Amino acid sequence: MNLLDRLFGRPQPSSREIAKNRLQLVLVQDRVNLSPQLLQTLKDELIAVISKYVEIDVDGMEVTFTQSRRQSRLTADIPVIGARVRR
Amino acid sequence: MSAKVITITSGKGGVGKTTATANLSAALAMQGKRVVAIDADIGLRNLDVVMGLENRIVYDLVHVVEGTCRLRQAMIKDKRLETLFLIPAAQSRDKNAVKPQDMIDVCEQLRPDFDFILVDSPAGIEQGFRNAIAPADMVLIITTPEVSAVRDADRIIGLVEAEEKGPARLIVNRLRPGMVQRGDMLDTADVLDVLSIDLLGIVPDDESIIVSTNRGVPVVMENNSRAGQAFRNIAARLLGEDVPLMDVEAPTSWVQRFTRFVRGS
Repeated sequence: MNLLDRLFGRPQPSSREIAKNRLQLVLVQDRVNLSPQLLQTLKDELIAVISKYVEIDVDGMEVTFTQSRRQSRLTADIPVIGARVRR
Repeated sequence: MSAKVITITSGKGGVGKTTATANLSAALAMQGKRVVAIDADIGLRNLDVVMGLENRIVYDLVHVVEGTCRLRQAMIKDKRLETLFLIPAAQSRDKNAVKPQDMIDVCEQLRPDFDFILVDSPAGIEQGFRNAIAPADMVLIITTPEVSAVRDADRIIGLVEAEEKGPARLIVNRLRPGMVQRGDMLDTADVLDVLSIDLLGIVPDDESIIVSTNRGVPVVMENNSRAGQAFRNIAARLLGEDVPLMDVEAPTSWVQRFTRFVRGS
């Protein structure tokens, strides 16, 4: 980023920030031993199972791994539209 | 006296395990502690040349393990530091010549006569690494501020914890303060944030390491080297002293700051 970029407001992340972000992503995968492809499969299966019971907003769904200290946590945020089956 | 066994490891090769082992061993010996450094990198012996003791090897760790010689015969006494010893690795054998239990046995024999036993681990996560951490009371992990080294460090931290040798402590090696300030190198805080372990010390990148390794004299023996000072500080922390972290930020003038602003980094 040079002076012109700075004055005209085109901020670009430094290579340091890029390195940190890439590391954080790859370490999540390393720690749970789950590739991006497997994570997608997990998502698809979650959708399939949950859709049997409730209608969900698939586009608004977020499945992420978060880290606190050295513990990994799988968080699924799934918007529900309505009940699919009445029992 | 019962020695504390400290294993120095990293996962990735070439990040400074051997240099750190040589310098921490020498720095502890300079404090009057009785220290033995063990090269656990069977087949790729190097601690001897870094310590400048390569011409005095007769027996090595594998000879001891196989019973060819007594433990004392494989211990090389450093002539500069009265209380420093080296047990070299074998050069012509492979890592399977030593087993984790052998390392535990050797360290048990050494414990009564020493304050510290420092074990230089080979790179990797195979048998050589397992040998090196088997006797450890404490594990030090060396990394450099690069994505590949930090990623490997993370893997090693997990393995150390799985072996119930944790919590490991971290040394960030070859930090280049100028590059950090320009936004072109991971800072120590970034590395700690990603790895979530305790920091033991930071060693700045320093050409004097190469010069002292050329000569076979650990850099801690030289007073005006910043890396030497960093290793002496780490040794002091291992002795329980509360030494503040080195200010590795390079001194900056207003000219440098202005230049940096214009270049936008």
